[in-house]
Amino acid sequence: MSRRFTYEGVVLVAPYSEPYVRYSHQSAHWWIARALRGTLAAAGLNKDEVDGFCASSFSLMPDTAVGLTQHLGLCLRWLDHIPMGGASGVVAIRRAARAVQAGDANVVACVAGDTNHIDSFRRLLGGFSRFASDAAFPYGGGGPNMSFALLTDHYMRTFGATREDFGKICVAQRNNALHAPAALMKKPLSLEDYLGARMIADPIALFDCVMPCAGGEAFLVMREDRAIALGLPFARIAGAIERHNAHASDPIQTRGGWSMDVDDLYDQAQTGPEGIDVMQTYDDYPVISMMQFEDLGFCAKGEGPEFVRRHDLTIGGDFPHNTSGGQLSGGQAGAAGGYIGLTEAIRQVTDTAEGTQVAGARRALFSGFGMINYDRGLCTGAVILEGARP
Amino acid sequence: MSTTTLENLAGDLASGTVRLVDLTHTLDPDFPVIILPPEFGQCARFRMEEVSAYDHRGPAWKWHNLTLNEHTGTHFDAPAHWVSGRDLPNNTVDEIPAEVFIGPVVVIDCSAGAAADDDFELTPAVIAAHEAKHGEIPPDAWVLMRTDWSTRRGAAYLNMQEDGPHSPGPTPEAIRFLIDQRNIRGFGTETVGTDAGQGAHYTPPYPAHFYLHGAGKYGLQCLCNLDQLPPTGAILIAPPLKIRNGTGSPLRVMALVP
Amino acid sequence: MSVPPPPKKNPLERTRAPQLPPQTRSRAALGLSVAAAEGRFALQHCAECGTVQYPPRDACVSCLSHDLRWRDTDPKGKVLAQTTVRISATVYFRERGDWRVGMVQLDAGPSVVCHLHKDTPPDAPVRLINRLDRAGQSVLIALPHDSPYSLKDDPQLQTMTSAPRHRRILITDGRNPNAPALARALIKAGAASVFVGEAETWLPSPQRAALEDMDGVSLLPLDVTDTRSVKTLAAELGGKTDILINNARFMRPGGVLARGDTTFAAQEMEVNYLGLMRLAQAFGPAMCGRTAGGDNSAVAWVNILSVYALSNDPAYGCYAASHAAARSLTQNMRADFAGAGLRVMNAYVGPTDDAWHDPLPPPKVAAGALARSIVGGLEDGLEDVFCGDVAQDFITRYRENPDITEREMTALGGNQ
Repeated sequence: MSRRFTYEGVVLVAPYSEPYVRYSHQSAHWWIARALRGTLAAAGLNKDEVDGFCASSFSLMPDTAVGLTQHLGLCLRWLDHIPMGGASGVVAIRRAARAVQAGDANVVACVAGDTNHIDSFRRLLGGFSRFASDAAFPYGGGGPNMSFALLTDHYMRTFGATREDFGKICVAQRNNALHAPAALMKKPLSLEDYLGARMIADPIALFDCVMPCAGGEAFLVMREDRAIALGLPFARIAGAIERHNAHASDPIQTRGGWSMDVDDLYDQAQTGPEGIDVMQTYDDYPVISMMQFEDLGFCAKGEGPEFVRRHDLTIGGDFPHNTSGGQLSGGQAGAAGGYIGLTEAIRQVTDTAEGTQVAGARRALFSGFGMINYDRGLCTGAVILEGARP
Repeated sequence: MSTTTLENLAGDLASGTVRLVDLTHTLDPDFPVIILPPEFGQCARFRMEEVSAYDHRGPAWKWHNLTLNEHTGTHFDAPAHWVSGRDLPNNTVDEIPAEVFIGPVVVIDCSAGAAADDDFELTPAVIAAHEAKHGEIPPDAWVLMRTDWSTRRGAAYLNMQEDGPHSPGPTPEAIRFLIDQRNIRGFGTETVGTDAGQGAHYTPPYPAHFYLHGAGKYGLQCLCNLDQLPPTGAILIAPPLKIRNGTGSPLRVMALVP
Repeated sequence: MSVPPPPKKNPLERTRAPQLPPQTRSRAALGLSVAAAEGRFALQHCAECGTVQYPPRDACVSCLSHDLRWRDTDPKGKVLAQTTVRISATVYFRERGDWRVGMVQLDAGPSVVCHLHKDTPPDAPVRLINRLDRAGQSVLIALPHDSPYSLKDDPQLQTMTSAPRHRRILITDGRNPNAPALARALIKAGAASVFVGEAETWLPSPQRAALEDMDGVSLLPLDVTDTRSVKTLAAELGGKTDILINNARFMRPGGVLARGDTTFAAQEMEVNYLGLMRLAQAFGPAMCGRTAGGDNSAVAWVNILSVYALSNDPAYGCYAASHAAARSLTQNMRADFAGAGLRVMNAYVGPTDDAWHDPLPPPKVAAGALARSIVGGLEDGLEDVFCGDVAQDFITRYRENPDITEREMTALGGNQ
């Protein structure tokens, strides 16, 4: 492999989360506009200073990022639309950082947002992807609950994971959410509550599932010197990977694309799992978080359950994980689900996370996972962020 | 003179001195038609398809398209119906002189015989017995064979058995007699044809059709209410539809009865 | 019998509005539905590299060839994972309660998400079948590996079938020589009652005595050439006809020149084409309105068609043409009934064993064999059944190349 460029000189600033709501009569355009305005305000920039834009959304139809330029009055010299769901945040960083590094853009606004009308989730499921409508949705119409139930069932029987193990992840995140003012779910959750919840698609029960909602997330990508000039706290990109359609010959998903690129990731960052202070995984279901622990090197394949048993995943614990409550307690605002851990990671390493701040967090690992096209998630990515203050 | 006759008739009709008897069955999809061996073309059943009924197909009106054969229901046979009459002049319903459609009618009562025997035959002897009682059949009269067969319903009407239908009708000799000796205008029955159900087994087969139409005479079949007619003295009204080259026609048959 | 007879419908309850499982499929995936219509388990095989793939694609996942063939495939596999969907995003599955779904790894290669029969635990060896769901689209179903398991053993999977058991069935033509065999087979398959239409009751019917002797069979007047008669019976029976089997047929030998007129052709169209249309217009709406009532619901419409509806047999050319028209109409009916999930099954036959086919050499389709095909097709929820050797042989040739088949049929004098 040819020598790769680092992401030196490019930083992430001004993370902004537009508070989520369960249902919204607004459009995706509205939520994206709110998030864009929020990140610009946080950075003290005018939108005319944005010359690059990167959007992710499921409910923008029939528009794409192109339509948003006119809708929001953006004149740009660099534009991207990333339809990668839970991997959108990682991929947005990689694309935007290279654009800024190369001088194709000075300031790239990365935004993800979705609305949630009363019936929009059901309609999204029915037409999510060609393989999904051909070969998954007709089977019980369970959507991702069904797909992850199958993966979870297989994972549990193969590696001995128990519902208590997954429950521990969910309960820890709910504890974290109690410190996050914007999290949608702030009713305390006990392991007994978790275990006693009704089944949705065995072995997936109510608290294994994220709640679809409306919301938006955004941040800016710019040169480090610009961030310093603006007096903004920033996060550097120590390493970043992405992979699509990995391990296609596995009969059922037990690992994600991270396992192909994990060494590359830590090589770039010149650290290892032991150097990570806080981790934000993509948590649409707890089994996927467990796979990320394994595939990103915190434990070997199959040792995820034991890893969870041995660690405290709360903000104050020895393995702080999804400190804002993640999607499981914060809600899944469509494509913003691919950003929720990213804005939180930027806050963590810039020491701006307030109630959810992990003491002394300097290096965060954020990973993304997206698009159950048929039977498994196809897009994976991860990024290591390092904080710095001007 | 004729003005007086018609005025009298009008008065007699109004007063009931002269009655009008309807000899026609209702055109109904379930009314039997003649059945031929299946390799032959068949007589179309009466069918009625609604074209509109005050609805989106026609807001203010109701009407139907009809499908039927010339020989469906109560109907008239023209000479052209049979091979024996095919070369005669004026042998189709459109060409037959209209005077033919109204005229005197003689009714030969075979009801007792037909009640006793499904294959009852109208023979010269039966005709002779009739004439002995009611006088000689005048020339150019319609002759109707009363069997009360019209009161039969469903399967009993065609009375189809393994060896074909069984219903009363004239023998070849009787028909020849009516044509040659009495020069009748036409012959009518209550059954599905002017011939007996087993008429195919005479020589010639279907003698009523063969001889009547060969002699330019007419047929009427599927008549009813013949029991309401006197043996003589009534006037038959039987005008078929004016169909170009038509070999017959469903029609309304009526009689003026003194 | 694992499925008990259904209770009678509570007349105070609203008849459920028809709902369908998800029906959107890509064009490629329709190939699977084509196979399912006949009950075949076929997957895409790459003609260049032999890769077997699923879900259906537009190019080979291994070599990018576009030369993909639908081939019958080894249906064996094992259950990798299972779940029970208890909360569905669709109204159809919500109405039907908990639904078992699994992931099966096929011996042939791909892993597939499929419906699971109740007796298929994890790691169990299974065989997959390909069937139509109520949306008329293909779904894959895992059954226990060892036959004789079938869909009707499983209350969940039974909904995919049109099985005659406990159904009220109308056979439209009691004069057709096949009527007694059909009625007998349906009663044997558990039909609750069989109504048999009889046209022209003023004529004797050679089948009447046999039909009258059967328990559960009743004869009613019905003439498919008479709109009023069809409407009258539909008014009487339409609301409780679960399966309608249209066996009304008018046929005479001969093609265009042998006939010399349109009289028989008109009768063929009246019975075979317009008769079907009258039945569809009179019974279709009522049947479509009650497809969602579970056991008490309309499930299927069966047409018996000449296989020469697909390509004309000149010896019976005008008859075949009327069936081509009827077949086209059944496609229209499929579209019209699809929204309600009422299945339209076509049973294609070659020459049948009756007087009109006397001059033809065997093999011919006996009434009993036709009845077995129809009952089997209903139990399997099929849409297309090819009954007997002639129809099977024909469809094989036709599928291979319809144009060559047409030339075989016409240039060489067809079946003669």
